[in-house]
Amino acid sequence: MIEVENLTKRFGSTVAVDAVSFTVKPGEVVGFLGPNGAGKTTTMRIITGLIYPQSGTARVHGMDIWDEPVEVRKLLGYLPEATPLYDEMSVTDFLGFVATVRGIPAREIRARVEKMIEVCSLQTMAFKDISELSRGFRQRVGLAQALIHDPPALVLDEPTSGLDPTQILEIRRLVRELGKEKAILFSTHILDEANKTCDRILIINDGRLVGEGSPHDLAAMASGEAVYSIEFKGDANSFTEQLPGHFKVARSQPGVEGYTGMELTCSDTADHSEELFDLTVAVGGKLRQLSRKEATLEDVFLELTKGGEA
Amino acid sequence: MRHVLAIYRKELRLYFDSPIAYIFIIVFLAITSWLFFRTFFLVRVASMRSFFTIIPWLCMFFIPAVSMRLWAEERKTGSNELLMSWPLQEWEVVLGKYLAALTVYVVTIVLTVPLAIVVGALGAPEWGVIVGSYLGCIFLGAAILAIGTFISSLTSNQIVAFIISVIIVAGLTIVGQPLVTMFLQGPLVILVPYAEWLGLANHFSSISRGVIDSRDIIYYILLTALPLYLTVKSIQASKVG
Repeated sequence: MIEVENLTKRFGSTVAVDAVSFTVKPGEVVGFLGPNGAGKTTTMRIITGLIYPQSGTARVHGMDIWDEPVEVRKLLGYLPEATPLYDEMSVTDFLGFVATVRGIPAREIRARVEKMIEVCSLQTMAFKDISELSRGFRQRVGLAQALIHDPPALVLDEPTSGLDPTQILEIRRLVRELGKEKAILFSTHILDEANKTCDRILIINDGRLVGEGSPHDLAAMASGEAVYSIEFKGDANSFTEQLPGHFKVARSQPGVEGYTGMELTCSDTADHSEELFDLTVAVGGKLRQLSRKEATLEDVFLELTKGGEA
Repeated sequence: MRHVLAIYRKELRLYFDSPIAYIFIIVFLAITSWLFFRTFFLVRVASMRSFFTIIPWLCMFFIPAVSMRLWAEERKTGSNELLMSWPLQEWEVVLGKYLAALTVYVVTIVLTVPLAIVVGALGAPEWGVIVGSYLGCIFLGAAILAIGTFISSLTSNQIVAFIISVIIVAGLTIVGQPLVTMFLQGPLVILVPYAEWLGLANHFSSISRGVIDSRDIIYYILLTALPLYLTVKSIQASKVG
């Protein structure tokens, strides 16, 4: 639905987006993840035709941003970062105005505006001026504006920034709900959010795509190592000597009550916790703690985005 | 056309929902009426000439005050992001906004018609001259407004838009005046007709004599269309930057 091909955008000598390509299919929520200033907003602004790239192109439903910018915008709903709106208008007037410029037939506008007010739970604010609304309600008006023409593709630039936890959950629920049929590209710099909301994550840093995949895939490709931490009491030397080959002792330090805290890395990502337990029993030791950690999305993110700085 | 109309109605509402339009209309009417009636009863001539001679000088300051917010405000608040993400052509937005501002000005000018009625009740003015002058006011205002619109599209600061517009309009008004042309001497004399042709007020005074000359009309149409075209271009250019 949304195809981005080899996009490059420079502002003066800074390269904001560097040869970025990806696609978003219908029924897919794609999280666009990266530190601030990585090029998320620039990419999104190019897709919506607000700016043009130096090279490369973007297509929505086969329509090219260079050839048919107006057609592309018809197919998209866009929520800009920081949600600029016309503050002097009331919510109903504003949505009515958007419906008109979106080309919704005059006789359907009323019903459509009412529907959006319902979908985005704006009933209590319908006749208030937008300038009087709180951050959360503004964001909902922004979403209502993006959804009013029922677009097949949505581009949401940090839709949850500045909201309280309840509102964040609500927006995420709405995004997941919409993502069942629509193609959604949704940017955030919060890992947990991408993890919970998206089917697929694109990690961007310094204008380059540095990682792509489902939250699970990304975590797995992290370092290919799992980390076990144990607290062991007994003959530590014979324990370490008899460790199977895929384990390595990363750290070992004496703890309280005769226990030794150890961190072991394992080159195999399968779960080998049982081997450690059996070995402890074999050397006549005792175990107080045994836990296995896989690399989290956070580790992946930090590792991938660190590469760009070096 | 539906898009132009939607933008037009939205902009017009923003003018009339806020105090901008009312302040503009009231101050404009107060100043023109005061300047007019100050001498009208002393001179005892049933003519609106003194009224129309001050119009170009008032428009120089008043019209940039109407046009300054058209684009600068959108850029400042970031709402142009939203505006440009909708399926609108640049010219539709430019035209809609321009026509809304023009409406504010035309309404103001129409509200000065009671002055003409007073003059008509007290004497026998030349109606042809008055009608011609009103037409001249509309053409003059339309051109100044187009210049102001273009300047507003270049900046995100309304005050900057206002000041630059006033300077440019003042330059265009003064350039055809004897004040400037008398300095064009020696080989520069050949520039005099051009300077006079360029002068905003010269064309206005020839229309307000009641002579509708196609050269004046073409001048104003050019001076309206060119800045609006440049506005469309400047908005397109900001996307490539």
